[in-house]
Amino acid sequence: MSTAYESKLEISYDVPARAPFSTVLKRGQELTIVDLGGNQAVDFLCYDANDTAKRYSAAATIAAQGNIFLTTGSVLRTQEGAPLLTVVADTCGRHDTLGGACSKESNSLRYGQHTRYQHACVENFLIEGAKWGLGKRDLVSNVNWYMNVPVEADGTLGIVDGISAPGLEVRLRAETDVLVLVSNCPQINNPCNGFDPTPVRMVVTSSGGGE
Amino acid sequence: MSTTATTYGARDHARAQAGTVVDTMPSIPASTWPAPPAEVAPEALTWAETVAGGGYTHKVLARGTRLRLTDVDGDACAHLLLFNALGPWERLNVADTVKVQWNAYLGGSVALLSDQARVLATIVGDSSGRHDALCGTSTVDGNTARYGDGAPEGPSPAGLPLLTLAAAKNGLGPRDLPPSLSLFQGVRVQPEGGLEFTGSAGAGRSVDLRIEIPSIVLIANVAHPVDPRPDYTVTKLEVLAWRDRPTTPDSPEWTHTPEAQRAFENTADYLTARGIA
Repeated sequence: MSTAYESKLEISYDVPARAPFSTVLKRGQELTIVDLGGNQAVDFLCYDANDTAKRYSAAATIAAQGNIFLTTGSVLRTQEGAPLLTVVADTCGRHDTLGGACSKESNSLRYGQHTRYQHACVENFLIEGAKWGLGKRDLVSNVNWYMNVPVEADGTLGIVDGISAPGLEVRLRAETDVLVLVSNCPQINNPCNGFDPTPVRMVVTSSGGGE
Repeated sequence: MSTTATTYGARDHARAQAGTVVDTMPSIPASTWPAPPAEVAPEALTWAETVAGGGYTHKVLARGTRLRLTDVDGDACAHLLLFNALGPWERLNVADTVKVQWNAYLGGSVALLSDQARVLATIVGDSSGRHDALCGTSTVDGNTARYGDGAPEGPSPAGLPLLTLAAAKNGLGPRDLPPSLSLFQGVRVQPEGGLEFTGSAGAGRSVDLRIEIPSIVLIANVAHPVDPRPDYTVTKLEVLAWRDRPTTPDSPEWTHTPEAQRAFENTADYLTARGIA
């Protein structure tokens, strides 16, 4: 059955370098994240918008798909295993589930106490999450879109030079109403942002004409 | 008339059950545990318990406690969460644990890090080497699909509801549960990111943890979520803890990596300010 006309509504927002972002996707809406400058880590959490106790679980997502990397076809799941978002397109290739978010605290371990007052993703998650009634206990291991974290045979893992490039994008479809919480990563002590944090574009697409 | 038809009869019936010994149960007081480790005085024991496959347990442990988990029969899988007992919004962070220490695999001298860049516990002994910090625990829906049931009261309990119960008994709710780690069933990452289940290292293997910050310890002993065996397979887990010493600057774990050293320094800074160390 086709409708008499088709409409498509797009809302686009550029997240400045180092800044947080959040939005609610209605079921069926799609979010496209565009790596405008290339190799910009986008730290990402998501929650069932109608019950934020149900939230993205890196572990449940990894266990369900049997792979640590996210790409087209990956389903981001809650800790109970329910689907929140499906990756429906990905021109980058793979994305990280293991590295979590940078924080002022973990920066002190990775680089030294001199980094204590540098901005960090957990700061973005906390301040943006507070707008939605979320607090520290609502933060868990997150997705890092465009971040490259290989694991060697002996278990050695690390954030290494990225495989993304300007204009690459990943597109997510909401499987239920989903609250999305983003930190456009401000990290400057490792290569996750090419040592130069840049803006990223968020495009929410609603397809018109019904399901 | 049955023996339990009256209050007096029912009381006698209940009391007559005391002293029953089963295979999986706690020893209380812990000093009555029948076989303490050779180097441990029985009165130093603070936790002694055998957890059934499909069971869970929890305890608040003091700084300096040594916690030994043993896979008695070769198919235990201890799903573990740790919270700072002084402020449980600080808790185990598996992402920071693997990222900060540059290794996805758990083993000897690995510090179990909190989200506040401190050490909740240190792995100070490991005769298994088969562990997992990536897959978390099992879910009701996952176990229902795999085994036909995942409820706590069923034949194949999932880890998440058991950890939810253990958390509730410490005043913690579902939002307080981050991804957990698991001991005694191994997972390895293949070059393209796929998971390889390496299973158990065999019966009698153990892991020793040194508690560095007073901690709420939650343990669910359930089949690993990517265990490929068609039957729900998990055997009993022995839990022993005793009073011992925390990690100090002269301990090898303190300087195991520069990142761990800073985590121990952060921990000492925090505990010193609170008047605990």
